[in-house]
Amino acid sequence: MRLEEVPQDAAILEQCHEIAYAVDENGTYVLVPSAGWESVNLVNMQAWEVVGAQIKHALEQINNAAASPLLYHMECNQMDVGLLASYVGLTRWRVKRHLKPKGYAALKPELRARYAAVFQIPVEHLDKVPARVELPLASTSKEEDL
Amino acid sequence: MTIAFTHRQSAHCESGVTANLISHYGYSMSEAMVFGIGGGLFFGYFPFIKINHLPLITFRGAPGSIFKKCAERLEVQVSCRQFRNSQRGMMALDANVAAGIPTGVQTGVYWLPYFPAALRFHFNAHNLIVYGRTGDEYLISDPVIDKPVRCAKADLERARYAKGALAPKGRMYSIAQMPEEIPLATAIRKGIAEVATRMVKVPIPLIGVRGMQLLARHMQHWPEKLGDKQSLIHLGHLIRMQEEIGTGGGGFRFIYAAFLQEAAAVLEQPRLEILAQEMTTTGDMWRRFALLGARRCKGHNSADNTFPALAALLRACSIREEKLFCELLSVVKK
Repeated sequence: MRLEEVPQDAAILEQCHEIAYAVDENGTYVLVPSAGWESVNLVNMQAWEVVGAQIKHALEQINNAAASPLLYHMECNQMDVGLLASYVGLTRWRVKRHLKPKGYAALKPELRARYAAVFQIPVEHLDKVPARVELPLASTSKEEDL
Repeated sequence: MTIAFTHRQSAHCESGVTANLISHYGYSMSEAMVFGIGGGLFFGYFPFIKINHLPLITFRGAPGSIFKKCAERLEVQVSCRQFRNSQRGMMALDANVAAGIPTGVQTGVYWLPYFPAALRFHFNAHNLIVYGRTGDEYLISDPVIDKPVRCAKADLERARYAKGALAPKGRMYSIAQMPEEIPLATAIRKGIAEVATRMVKVPIPLIGVRGMQLLARHMQHWPEKLGDKQSLIHLGHLIRMQEEIGTGGGGFRFIYAAFLQEAAAVLEQPRLEILAQEMTTTGDMWRRFALLGARRCKGHNSADNTFPALAALLRACSIREEKLFCELLSVVKK
């Protein structure tokens, strides 16, 4: 990669820069700040779309009373049952039970507090789920032709 | 308590942390040099290990190995510790900072509030340096971020005790003692020999150039095997592993080329300078692969970015790199 080829396509890095290695006119390597690369922004967006689809699926299941609000928070935090279980310090089968409305309704306050602490939300927000998917992204990839 | 520490931004976290720590003790070292000596370059494709339903593809060695091997080869004495109990882990970190020792810590990126939101996935092999504390905040030199940052204690503790694959378990490390003289030339030879051997000589079809060829063979059939949507997600995943923050571009090829260039001067081996140029060329091929692949992900299809065409490009990379690493082996073994 030559110096003038270092991409400057800001999006996912927000105000930050990453370091790219490029050769100058003498063929010597130099470190150049790069605002980002459109190709990477694009595949990063694609990864977030997968997360978004999973959250959407969770919301649908919650609306159909097939899952508890815990599923929404789990997907929002990009966790699966195993990861959530290790964060909350429970076995996977117990977490699975809490992901169902019946198991969730029977949750003791102490366990609810533990779940809320993992998701970094107040306990009373545990029951709340939004109507539509919101991804925690500051900026969206600007539409540019590759 | 604040340690006078110079923050230098780098492309990759672990090699940046290592280089900045060594430089702090008076021996100025570039990130590329550390990356090369620590044998950072790698390729591994493990289709049977799935992370989020996607195959494990890696362009770098095991987390922690760059620091460890670099220290070993430079004869720098280091201290590495892990703590099961998070309070004890934070106390040990405080003690280090109070003693004026800048300390590297392994963290997950998901819980670091200063990280760009779009990059906050559950990735646990991130590295940063803690060089001070004021009240409840730690002063952090995170090598992939432009400037030094601050991070609340609770957040850093969470990040150090992130769970899941490659969990850091509070791992922290620092330099205990620098040697009288640094055996730079020998260390460079060892670093190159290790990487080159791994890339071309290991008879396992999953790693090195053989791994690339296996990936190319599999990729060719992704559309029939996985369906359109999943094959694009697989392709996007590969491009992210190759290019997303921390590789310096081209799946670490450009950092490695910068290292070969420095090594050529130290070892007085002009041949390495030419091989650095060749490495730049293969890096450019990887970049082209990422560009074409991203276009396919976006739905801009053309003859040069069909899955067979992308696989052919990958194969071309592997053939060129096989030759390159064989030559590197012969240069350092002389």
